[in-house]
Amino acid sequence: MKFLKPVVITGYGVITPIGNNIQSFTNNLFLGKSGIGSITKFDASKFRTQFACEVKNYQPEDFFEKKEVRKYDLFTQYALVATKEAIEHSGLLNYSNLDKEKVGVISASGVGGVQTFQQEMKTYYEQAKNPRYFNPFFVTKMLIDSVAGYVSIQYGLKGLNFSTVSACASSAHAIISAVQNIQLGMADAIIVAGSEAPIHEAGIGSFNALRALSEKNDNFENACRPFDKNRDGFVMGEGAGALVIESLEHAQKRGANILAEISGYAMNADAHHITAPSPAGEMIIKNMQQALANAQILNKPIDFINTHATSTPIGDIAEINALKTVFGKDLSSINISAPKSMTGHLLGAAGVTESIISILAIQYQQVPPTINTKEIDEQIGMDLNLTLGQTQKRNIKYVLNNNFGFGGHNTSLIFKKFTN
Amino acid sequence: MSEIAERVKKIIVEKLGVEETEITPEANFEMDLKADSLETVELIMEFEKEFNLVIPDEQADKIKTVGEAIAFLESNV
Repeated sequence: MKFLKPVVITGYGVITPIGNNIQSFTNNLFLGKSGIGSITKFDASKFRTQFACEVKNYQPEDFFEKKEVRKYDLFTQYALVATKEAIEHSGLLNYSNLDKEKVGVISASGVGGVQTFQQEMKTYYEQAKNPRYFNPFFVTKMLIDSVAGYVSIQYGLKGLNFSTVSACASSAHAIISAVQNIQLGMADAIIVAGSEAPIHEAGIGSFNALRALSEKNDNFENACRPFDKNRDGFVMGEGAGALVIESLEHAQKRGANILAEISGYAMNADAHHITAPSPAGEMIIKNMQQALANAQILNKPIDFINTHATSTPIGDIAEINALKTVFGKDLSSINISAPKSMTGHLLGAAGVTESIISILAIQYQQVPPTINTKEIDEQIGMDLNLTLGQTQKRNIKYVLNNNFGFGGHNTSLIFKKFTN
Repeated sequence: MSEIAERVKKIIVEKLGVEETEITPEANFEMDLKADSLETVELIMEFEKEFNLVIPDEQADKIKTVGEAIAFLESNV
């Protein structure tokens, strides 16, 4: 029997390559829009990869005072933009009996303010290595957990406050940590934010060195094509997502609009290789099984599997093989989709933004598509519904959301349609 | 206004996001221009960079107003 408190989601916010708020993100998600384009943030002409999914039409002055902008690395700005939308959407701060010492903040990012680090070191070398010119905001701009700190300061939230880091699973771990802390009674509500701003020389250059990114420069419009036999790596994205996560009891007490329930989760490690997933996927199999057990749905009534699939040759197949083991022949009747085909890979922000996609699927009873995929890799070897090209309508009660990260970190989350 | 004062003013406007009219010689960085401790440190660093000099910490601690900053720079640049 499960005696843990039910935990629900009551607010969300985003800034992504396919929409700078929930409304435009939702529209473009279900329209199957791509966020891809040539890199505009720096001169990428000598890089193996010259395209990415950038956030569009973002003017920091629309959200921050001029003085603030300089103090926040771009990853922090994105996080604060998404968090504001999520908090406002939830109405949490309007609750007159809110105990702000029981409202926490967990922020997540893969690497935080690397662009700041890059800029500060550039200045150092340009200024004849004069160490006096390091900026006093260097540290706070770079630190991953600054986001949690700034959110607490801005809104006076005095509950638990920290960051989780696990590469591309960072913000999925943040969600799991939030759920557990609420279940343990450590908080009534927790704001979770995942963000990443990796489109700069260091970000693209380092992932190019790993040969992790697609290099289809001549034909980049449909470069991100999970499960396609001609896929050649992931496409870098950027942005942030934020959630307000709350105990059901607290949400109902304040009459909140409940978007979905987080009904199960699991996390483990491959213990295989620092970047490559285990081809047999034995630990992601166990992880999904454990999440289903945690959600107490051993008959596996999943309607939509929101895959991690990033469009890499090894990762996509390992995940599909794991799904086959977990779901057997039932897999062909489940909608599988890879929204990274639209958004690119938001790294540390992927866990939250893709959880928001899962929630939107439940709200709208629609599965967003896997775009760009034309010729399905024959290694998949089974007739699956990969939701190619177009959104599909479906009765959705349960969504399984996978996120995996370099280091062999595996997470699975199960979202459930909320019914009173 | 001296050329040094003009350059000082420009830095303050940019770093503290204040209006030019607020930058009087008597304006105190922390009290009037609402600079926090890190922003004050940043201003000193920017003055060093702009005027290519070193402002020792014990000197920097004494610079509390716009006028004091200009006076220090005018006699040391």
